[in-house]
Amino acid sequence: MIRLDDITLTFPDGDGFVTAIDHANLAVERGTITAITGPSGSGKSSLLAVASALIAPDSGRVLIDDVDASTLSRTQTATLRRERIGIVFQQSNLLPSLTALEQLEVMGHLGSSNATKRSAQELRARATDLLVSVGLEGQAGKRPSALSGGQRQRVNIARALMNDPSILIVDEPTSALDQERGAAIIDLILEMTLARNTATILVTHDRSHLTRMDAVFTMVDGTLTPAAVEVAAMIAAQ
Amino acid sequence: MFVALRDLRFARGRFILIGSVVLLITLLVGFLGGLTQGLANANISALTPFHADRVVLAQPGMGKTLSFIDSQLSEESATAWSAAPGVTAVEPLGITISKVTAAHDREATVSLFGVEKTFTSISPEQTVPTQDGTLVLSKRAQAALHANPGDPVTVFGHEFTVAAVSGSAEFSHTGVIWMSLTDWRDIVAQQTVKAAPFATALAVQADSSGDFTALDARANTTSSPLLLSLMAIESFKSEIGSLGMMLGLLLGISALVIGAFFTVWTIQRSGDIAVLKALGASTASLVRDALGQALVVLVIGVGLGIGITAATGAMLPAAVPFVVSPVTTILPAVAMVGLGLIGAAFALRSVIKTDPLTALNGQNN
Repeated sequence: MIRLDDITLTFPDGDGFVTAIDHANLAVERGTITAITGPSGSGKSSLLAVASALIAPDSGRVLIDDVDASTLSRTQTATLRRERIGIVFQQSNLLPSLTALEQLEVMGHLGSSNATKRSAQELRARATDLLVSVGLEGQAGKRPSALSGGQRQRVNIARALMNDPSILIVDEPTSALDQERGAAIIDLILEMTLARNTATILVTHDRSHLTRMDAVFTMVDGTLTPAAVEVAAMIAAQ
Repeated sequence: MFVALRDLRFARGRFILIGSVVLLITLLVGFLGGLTQGLANANISALTPFHADRVVLAQPGMGKTLSFIDSQLSEESATAWSAAPGVTAVEPLGITISKVTAAHDREATVSLFGVEKTFTSISPEQTVPTQDGTLVLSKRAQAALHANPGDPVTVFGHEFTVAAVSGSAEFSHTGVIWMSLTDWRDIVAQQTVKAAPFATALAVQADSSGDFTALDARANTTSSPLLLSLMAIESFKSEIGSLGMMLGLLLGISALVIGAFFTVWTIQRSGDIAVLKALGASTASLVRDALGQALVVLVIGVGLGIGITAATGAMLPAAVPFVVSPVTTILPAVAMVGLGLIGAAFALRSVIKTDPLTALNGQNN
């Protein structure tokens, strides 16, 4: 699971500081999905950056499977991200030189050369299975330029799941997709959260799926507030 | 190397371009290295096989530089060296460059090396004259004069008989003719119309206990280890200086070109590097990837370049002063790869500094 305890994050702004996250608290259990919604500039992506151990908060604790990420060194946080956190980027951020299959296989080659690695055959088999599970059977040999936006997002999701993460961080995955494809991607994330038993945090502007989430939070000016199910339904209805 | 190898495949046009540049620079370095070694051999191959701890030359006069050709050692200097503590053997050597004539008026400029009949400072394969009035020709001198054992060769009006053809010694771009030291002194005395010097140089065997600086001052000589003494051959010094500078510049240019290419390439890839870091790539693995990629380009470019140089060098006619050897192939190849990697290492700054946070777009939303 992931737990954010009293997180505060500020950024320098001219002579002073702007508070991006203001004493935020959040806990997400494995097998559940929590959505965070809010206007642009409210601090949602900053919260994701803290939750993915990409940036250390000014204060508070980021507990990922009981490991406090805010106290780790840069190398240790890289290892944590590699082994426990899957990140689904807003843009698919696929490497142009790799095929769909290789985008997943690369996840087995990011660590130290001395670290125990899965064999190439194991990696390939797992990557192939994952591509099939996200609906990309037959697309393994295609590079990003030959895939559609929806297919690229599916590769993005499969890549995030490649190392069996306990936490899945998803940043506005439908922003570049039409409604139909966006819905399919949300379905896939919900399915993968259950199937892979991940604690998923989803940042989204798309309110139409909020009622399907296990919890919904809104973020306004750096303040994270839980929304009751009824409120979530109301937000969804707007 | 997972991403590095796939980048090489994906951006093959760019890598073929930089690989070709590496290949061409390697060709230049290889050819220049082979030529430098060839020219060096034509200058010094008579002296490099000497077994001498130190080579003694006469101290140059005011405003003059140390020179084998100008050196004139007295017998007193030789005696002072022979008697010095730590010196175990001293053998005089006479060197002069002169025109010689063989049958059918074949003329050649050669280096006359005068040595004692018991001269031991040279490798045992090199024959030296055992009788006055006889000569031993190096292969180059023999080729120039078309003289064989038993044939007469005239040196400054004196007729000598060729006793043997041995070795391929060259000195200052001339073939060497070995003669007895007595004959050498006669010839030099006739050339200079005054008493001949005792010798041009002394080949000295000594242990490290001697105070050679004091001895040089006392004997009016300048001594140095064999390799250092070669700088007293003027043609060698000037050639090795200019060619060495060109080689150094080429190696420097190579490092800069590789460094510039990989810096630009890494900056172009900074988005991908940020994504890989965000996904958990260790900086060490990204550094390994970047240097591994450079190593592949360098090894292929340099390998092909050195291969072409060696193949071409082997086909060149013998008259061309070009040497294909580990010194002219493996050494420059290792230097090219090493310096190229140093150049590529400058690009690592971008790899290390790239912030994984940039992979999350609009993190302040």
